[in-house]
Amino acid sequence: MSHMNKFWIVFSHTYLSKIKSKSFIITTAIILALIVLMSNVQSFIEMFDSDETDQVAVVTEQEEVYSQLEARTEADFELEHFDGTLEEAQDAVGEEKFIAVLDIRESEDGLPEATYYSKDYTNQTAQNILESQLQQIKVEMATNQSGIDPAVIASIYEPVSFENELIATGNGDASDVKTEEELSGARGLVYAILFLLYMAVILYGNMIAMDIANEKTSRVMEILISSSSPVSQMFAKIFGIGLVGLTQMVVLLGTGYFVIMQKQDELIGDFFEFFGLSDVSLSTFVYAIVFFLLGYFLYATLAAMLGSLVSRTEDVQQLMTPVTFLIIAAFMISMVGLGMPESTFVVISSYIPFFSPMAMFLRVGLLDIAFWEVGLSILILIATIVVFAILGAKIYRGGVLMYGTSTSLKDFKKALQLSKKE
Amino acid sequence: MTLKLENVTKKFGSFTAVDDLSIEIPEKNIFGFLGANGAGKTTTFRMILNLLDQTSGSITWNGETIDYSKSDQIGYLPEERGLYPKLKVRDQLIYLGKLRGMQKKEVLDELTSWLDYLKVPQYMDKKVEELSKGNQQKIQFISAVIHKPKLLILDEPFSGLDPVNVELLKKAVIELKNTGTSIVFSSHRMEHVEELCQHLCMMQHGKPILHGDLREIKRSFGKKNLSIQADFDLSFLENVAGVVKVKYFSDGVLCQIENENVSQSVLEEISGKGFIRKFELDEPSLNDIFIEKAGESYE
Repeated sequence: MSHMNKFWIVFSHTYLSKIKSKSFIITTAIILALIVLMSNVQSFIEMFDSDETDQVAVVTEQEEVYSQLEARTEADFELEHFDGTLEEAQDAVGEEKFIAVLDIRESEDGLPEATYYSKDYTNQTAQNILESQLQQIKVEMATNQSGIDPAVIASIYEPVSFENELIATGNGDASDVKTEEELSGARGLVYAILFLLYMAVILYGNMIAMDIANEKTSRVMEILISSSSPVSQMFAKIFGIGLVGLTQMVVLLGTGYFVIMQKQDELIGDFFEFFGLSDVSLSTFVYAIVFFLLGYFLYATLAAMLGSLVSRTEDVQQLMTPVTFLIIAAFMISMVGLGMPESTFVVISSYIPFFSPMAMFLRVGLLDIAFWEVGLSILILIATIVVFAILGAKIYRGGVLMYGTSTSLKDFKKALQLSKKE
Repeated sequence: MTLKLENVTKKFGSFTAVDDLSIEIPEKNIFGFLGANGAGKTTTFRMILNLLDQTSGSITWNGETIDYSKSDQIGYLPEERGLYPKLKVRDQLIYLGKLRGMQKKEVLDELTSWLDYLKVPQYMDKKVEELSKGNQQKIQFISAVIHKPKLLILDEPFSGLDPVNVELLKKAVIELKNTGTSIVFSSHRMEHVEELCQHLCMMQHGKPILHGDLREIKRSFGKKNLSIQADFDLSFLENVAGVVKVKYFSDGVLCQIENENVSQSVLEEISGKGFIRKFELDEPSLNDIFIEKAGESYE
């Protein structure tokens, strides 16, 4: 039978056995439940929240100020004109009847002034709202007293006209530059890809290494590599588990999509608008897919290589630790880089293979960079993947025949030696 | 379909695992590899299977080098037994069978008849980890032969099996040979090799110390075994010319003699000395030959 056929047999076996495994089904179900729960979190909060709204007692003789204040107060809390002394009101707070007492007096200028009494500083919201509302009332009263025309006041508070226009530069006209909507959309997409790639490498990279280590531990590997070439098996595993990851993401994103569609009456706009992705250009989407796939293959090849080196599944974690550090470093660089995509360290990182899937996508998404820069980064990435694939395949071939307890760099040498002629 | 190894050497760094091995394994035959642990048997098998590259020399099967395009015609039972512990026997063999180029239906037909033959039809839907060591080995054996390979490599197939199952597997191996499979197998048990093989190769420290046709080897060895049981002391035989050595048992002796003619002078020496219950001239055992060649006891 041809190599291709055996590739598909290993590929489909890897895919199906993972998809049908209990751990996969349980993990996916838990994440699904979380998505549904999160999207309904508003309803849940309302369900458990008590019907009683917080009340603030107001002690004042300034009826005019009180009625204006009450008219402005919105649903967050209610005001009650307290019939009694300030001390009595404070006692009522102690008895939990009110969250606070607001004492409004008249100052020497005939303007309102107030003191806010509360048990602690936990409910700052009510205090801030009351303060700013009282401020507005004060301004109105003060202007009325001085006899300024209300139209003048209105024009004072009107926001200034401030427009934003871009200058056409030498290497393209202004329309090439990313608009603000595009940029915020791209930022959202960069976030999403950074996170997905991070998760994919951690989850599926480990899955690949574990799968290979399991076949080694159970010693079924020697039968497998006598039936089909180790190289084709390694790639069948990388692709198979890649498809497992894709399946999981499609299921999760699909559920997210339907949940959002269900709640369309509550949320404005469709799925893409919800994530702010409707303004992202097509090329950014294409780059997102390209860099995600390249990033996955780079780390997956590395994981497969490491998985073939260990002889006990317990050692997988130990060998995968440096890989985890690499992806964390890439993630950190990119998170910091989101705020300053033009800085030198992001530019340098965007050409370093293990960082470039994240760093270069970040630059492509947020800036307008020359095509050759992206092309160069992609070429470096592909070249690295090829080198790792060749090296990985050699180590895989030697590594699967190697049994021992040590997990050091010497193992690389030993595995390479085993796959050589002497 | 002759398997030919010519001047095959395998070095791991400075260590020579297999040293200048040249053998020819004829078609439709059972070929035995003998040797202690570390003699180079498994390394030789791995080179035949192309899992390891030889440092020098060539390995051809029917004049062609062995690569993955031929793996559907090759069956392998590795020394370190291994199956997926969590997979059911059925799913396990469907996967392994497909990897040897079979269709699912063929696998199931063959699997059913093999399980019946090995008297374990009830294990079809059992997970491998639930089976005993011996029964796991039967499944392992099925995985090596289910695709009717033309070349079958069995690395220590009988180790860890009880005598009843050893007989069952031996019968299966002979059956496979009769249907046209060339079988190469290794063992450290001389009697298994003596019983099954027409051809053999004895290895020590990576070097072939003896190889060829079993009967030819025994004939050309020259020395014979003479087993005698008598009612009187036989220790004087040590001094008879032509007697190489005498091994004492509770009921008699086993003498190794230079050639079969010596038996006649021994017979003359003991006649008339008392009652002789047994006097038997026999071929030397492989173990005798091994000791002679290797200069040390094997078992």
